[in-house]
Amino acid sequence: MSEQNWEPKIIAFFCNWCTYTAADLAGVSKLSYAPNVKIIRVMCSGRVDPQFVLYAFANGADGVLIGGCHPGDCHYSEGNYKTLRRISLLKKMLTQFGIEDDRMRLEWISGAEGEKVKTVINEMTENIRKLGPLNIPEKFITWDRELEKRNRGSEYKLRV
Amino acid sequence: MSTNNKEIRIGFYICHCGTNIAGVVDVDKIREFIAKKDNVVVSRNYKYMCSDPGQELIQKDIQEHRLNRIVVASCSPLLHEKTFRNTLEKAGLNPFYLQMVNVREHVAWVHSDNEKATEKAKALCNAAINRVRYNKPLEKKRVPFHQDVLIIGGGIAGIHSALILASAGKKVYLVEKKPTIGGHMAMFDKTFPTLDCAACILTPKMSAIKENKNVVLWTNSEVIKVEGYVGNFKVTIKRNPRYVREDLCIGCGQCIESCSYKEAKYPDEFNLGLSKRKPIYIPFPQAIPNSAIIDDKTCIHFKMGKCKQMCLSACERNAIDFNQKEELREIQVGAIIVATGFKIYDPQKEPEYGYGVYPNVYTSLEVERLINASGPTAGEVILRDGTKPKSIGIIHCIGSRSEKANKWCSRVCCMYSLKLAYLLKKHTHAEIYNFYIDMRTPGKMYEEFYDRLLMERVHFIRGKVAEVTDISLVKEEEGKLILRVEDTLASVIRRIPVDMVVLSVGLEPSEDTQKLAHILNIGLSAEGFFQERHPKLAPVSTFSEGIFIAGCCQGPKDIPDTVAQAGASAAEAMAMIDAGYFEIEPITAHVLDEFCSGCKSCINICPYSAISYDESKKKVFVNETLCKGCGTCSATCPSGVMKQNLFEDDQILNEIEGLLVYE
Repeated sequence: MSEQNWEPKIIAFFCNWCTYTAADLAGVSKLSYAPNVKIIRVMCSGRVDPQFVLYAFANGADGVLIGGCHPGDCHYSEGNYKTLRRISLLKKMLTQFGIEDDRMRLEWISGAEGEKVKTVINEMTENIRKLGPLNIPEKFITWDRELEKRNRGSEYKLRV
Repeated sequence: MSTNNKEIRIGFYICHCGTNIAGVVDVDKIREFIAKKDNVVVSRNYKYMCSDPGQELIQKDIQEHRLNRIVVASCSPLLHEKTFRNTLEKAGLNPFYLQMVNVREHVAWVHSDNEKATEKAKALCNAAINRVRYNKPLEKKRVPFHQDVLIIGGGIAGIHSALILASAGKKVYLVEKKPTIGGHMAMFDKTFPTLDCAACILTPKMSAIKENKNVVLWTNSEVIKVEGYVGNFKVTIKRNPRYVREDLCIGCGQCIESCSYKEAKYPDEFNLGLSKRKPIYIPFPQAIPNSAIIDDKTCIHFKMGKCKQMCLSACERNAIDFNQKEELREIQVGAIIVATGFKIYDPQKEPEYGYGVYPNVYTSLEVERLINASGPTAGEVILRDGTKPKSIGIIHCIGSRSEKANKWCSRVCCMYSLKLAYLLKKHTHAEIYNFYIDMRTPGKMYEEFYDRLLMERVHFIRGKVAEVTDISLVKEEEGKLILRVEDTLASVIRRIPVDMVVLSVGLEPSEDTQKLAHILNIGLSAEGFFQERHPKLAPVSTFSEGIFIAGCCQGPKDIPDTVAQAGASAAEAMAMIDAGYFEIEPITAHVLDEFCSGCKSCINICPYSAISYDESKKKVFVNETLCKGCGTCSATCPSGVMKQNLFEDDQILNEIEGLLVYE
């Protein structure tokens, strides 16, 4: 896809009980929002393994959104607190990799907050549009090529 | 990530949902796109997948084409996942070989650009095809269902549910925070639109609770902890001391007579402070249990430690027990019905109405007590100075339909305002003015009641009152409360002097709603009432299986609707109890034993203590009955060997890839 008609690709992980339900509510209420976010359903935001986020970026996502229940409201009592801890650490790591802060977002959205789903998705899409494409897969190819040049004969690749 | 591709035969179905999906998403294009994918044997679109012919289509294909994976792109899995799992089961396929794609709520209904919507749907469907390859057959678990039921809240909703379940032979624990059951309904004088006396229709049901052997009634008690899951809840209830033994007290009132306080001097909660009570009291004559209670905050014995304890000697049945302590009781129940009602809006939040400033401004609930024959004035409507009002203004929508207060319509205020207008007119022959924004009277015989009031010479002024003031401008206004209002039908600003103002306050979630939501792990709607599972099709269910809601704790409603919900909750609970077991989703976690390093990272992360460490094997194991399937352990395991059924890494990673890489 050329730079001009590039559209942000965002992967979202929404918990079954709050944020996924809120996204359903947004649908039932016919709230219109940007089509850039694609939602994956998990039972709890606590299921979101940092490797899912990394894998999404590695496969071409420009942003990752995680949605869980408000603190204290988690269907599994405290899964969202664990997400918060994990994601805070992951954020630090991502910025060190040169992946901007705005590319990963964690939001608490309750089952009643259809409106918030719309706002968050629209905001995030716009923020990432401003940041531009991340394009990790292409970077992998370039990096692998550079590595290959440097260590001819070696089998080593950044991405297996 | 390998899977035996040869064996996989996928059937793909995209639903038009009439024009709901097909009107936005190009379903033909999606069908063609998916048909080209590896392992896809059948790819179809159909008008209504959830209809019988739609489901039969899948079943026929499964049998004819030996399909072993099914992807249905339609509405939300929260709506129809069960439907399509049953379809698979009927065709002899394990139901967990199903993967749903939400192309209605998450695509067609939220995007208007057909091209972009189709592109998004394409990605979602591609991801599902990727993921379904890794789905595994799973077996549902059956857990036995405990036969007893807990009902929280002893208002009309709780009472009604309890009586239904008890009459079916089920043991019911009815827990009420206040010293008596009856709730708000017991405080009302008459009920609209029939004008039958609230006590006359409620108190027989209250007595029936006391008489019924299947009902365990715990008043003055609160639920403080709920553990376990549907069919097997372990509930801890705190029983606050009453200092009077319910089993001995017959409610004769001798103790109250003989109390060291000769005069009642503390505000009476039941009459909203319009009358006084002593530290030992019976909430109201028909209270159930009809037993006295000592308020330890006002009783001299508890305050000072020295009292002649006249009540003790006055009681012939030795029912008074100053040594009662709070008790914790633990019970096992299969289902829980929450019926905790509402609280009224506090009109002091809007000082322009003068509540708490002008003594003759009352809330509607206070007026219910004033009109009531067993109320503080024995049914005589008199102002705080003892005079009878000659003119009364009733202001609708206090705290409701307002940007400043609550946005919602409280549904009952128009009707109870009309009822109060009628009753106040009967009691006082005063001029009555109703100030309304819109008159909302939907319900059987409700509009007819409004018509009747129009004939009864009650004044109706359409307009929201701006202010209640005692600053008079002319002689006729002196000593009166003046209501300033724009009469929007006549387009004039009016000043109407009255003797008494009634504020028709709206309904709000009751005080402990949020706390209880946490204890029960059920959701709240934006307004703070308990959230129902589906606004139309599951109005008394919650997102926690086995927990039901009834009455005003779910949202403002009148008595008939409350009773209907109470009946519905009881029926839903009965259906579960009588099945004898409950099927739980097999989305639990398990460890790949051979690879577990025994690092114990997962043990602390589990909110249900479902993971333990086996010292002999130096590995962890999951207790599947305790596991609820959140998957947090799975995200934690550094070796990637803690697997959550149906949400395994392979499944999710392939879904991610499918969303991003296709064409």
